[in-house]
Amino acid sequence: MKQRVPQIILTVVALLLIASAFVARPEGSGAPFGQRLLAFADQEFATWFSILAVFAFLLGGLNLVATHLVKIRDRGPDRYYSLVTLVSFLIVLVIGTAKLGGPPGLQGDVTAPGSWLTAVFDAVLSPLHATLYSLLAFYIASASYRAFRARSLESSLLLASALVVLLGRIPAGRHLTAWVPEQLAFLRVEELSLWILRVPNTAGQRALMIGIALGVIALAVRMIAGVEKDPRSGGDGS
Amino acid sequence: MNGWLAPGTWNVALVGATVCALIVVSVVRARRGAHVPVRSFPPLLALDRAVADAVAQGRPVYFVAGSQDLDNMQTVAALAVLRPLARKVAEAGGRLFVPTNRSLVMDNAREICRRAYDDAGRGDLWRDDWVAYISDDHLGFVARVDGLIARERPGLCVLMGFFASESLLLAEGGHQVGAVQIAGTASAVQLPFLVASCDHVLLGEELFAAGASLEGDAARLGSLRGQDLCKLAAAACLVAGSLVATLADVTGAQPWLFLRDAFLNVFRAG
Repeated sequence: MKQRVPQIILTVVALLLIASAFVARPEGSGAPFGQRLLAFADQEFATWFSILAVFAFLLGGLNLVATHLVKIRDRGPDRYYSLVTLVSFLIVLVIGTAKLGGPPGLQGDVTAPGSWLTAVFDAVLSPLHATLYSLLAFYIASASYRAFRARSLESSLLLASALVVLLGRIPAGRHLTAWVPEQLAFLRVEELSLWILRVPNTAGQRALMIGIALGVIALAVRMIAGVEKDPRSGGDGS
Repeated sequence: MNGWLAPGTWNVALVGATVCALIVVSVVRARRGAHVPVRSFPPLLALDRAVADAVAQGRPVYFVAGSQDLDNMQTVAALAVLRPLARKVAEAGGRLFVPTNRSLVMDNAREICRRAYDDAGRGDLWRDDWVAYISDDHLGFVARVDGLIARERPGLCVLMGFFASESLLLAEGGHQVGAVQIAGTASAVQLPFLVASCDHVLLGEELFAAGASLEGDAARLGSLRGQDLCKLAAAACLVAGSLVATLADVTGAQPWLFLRDAFLNVFRAG
């Protein structure tokens, strides 16, 4: 029973939502009950998920506090990181909940200019984000170096096509093959670069998208049919 | 029926129903004992060895279920991989850390791991704080996870699900401590980054098949067979459509033009 009820709810809700995507919107109060039911499902279920997600925030916050309190209590090697996390969390929570520096009241915008929360975002969070994000430049360089080493036919092809695309996107690359006669213009690096992006790249992307769509449908069918049990059930699903 | 069907959706309904029917028929056939040939996925074959090596070296295993909530199918597919992975780690007597950035994912992942350790008879090993909520903020999440990886030095990092810019930040964090990295995503934009930085990668649809392939029961394998049949049908439609369109343009004959229009009507988007 503990497993069957969630499965029934999942199946009914999923079928209603799928059907609602294909059924015309009801026009007026005289529309058939089925049409009105599907329109209701389509409109309301997303709202219900948002309400659930609000409670999930509470669950996450409580878990965060509990985990780090335990680390501080146990005097583990990472306790100072935990202390910083907890203090930051509580400061932002108080600033946001009390709407310090911003318009007061329930309707007051917590992110209004001049509010303390906006100041924390602009002065602390945003620079931290930028710092972390800028690491991507170095990581891309090191990952590309490893991936582009010509160890096999595949990686050599990858290296060659990447070079052509890179050269095709910069002015210096265009000058390299500007001498190629007009009749053979398709061999110029910028034309080759465009061809790689438009033909083999697009073909690969489309094949990927078709496969992904089929994979999503197959997983959805498994879940609706109860073959893929609730991940929490621990059963074999057969 | 005309009043019921939303305008412009009949072709999607038709193709969707055909795909679902193929998958359901394959599941039913597999359940009745039909032989189900399914190709193996090299990244999943490497999983057993990587888990064993990590545990033998006394290093933990890290699993990240993407950066989206449970309403994203990639997260659901990632959790389907977590269950067999947790069982393997538990059977080997290892530690499995699952940092999450959504509390609903944390709740589900914790239950999956606890059950897997119980099922493997290693419930004594399991600690609830191995599955922890970090932050909904992507970069805050990455900063914490990369810090944990640098300090804990895992032997295996498994990154499954939807990732945005954090994919490379996470993968490089694992690479720097010498962890074996197995990733899988259906995010076409992030796939190149994962391919460049991880040892093994499940590409696109393979992510959705991974859980079923690892569990290996008849019904799930049947659905994979159905998925493969659908791909075959899609490829056949592509070839046939190209031929028909070419013949219609070259000959201009009425039957080919009619067939070309029929193809375009069935497979038009939107």
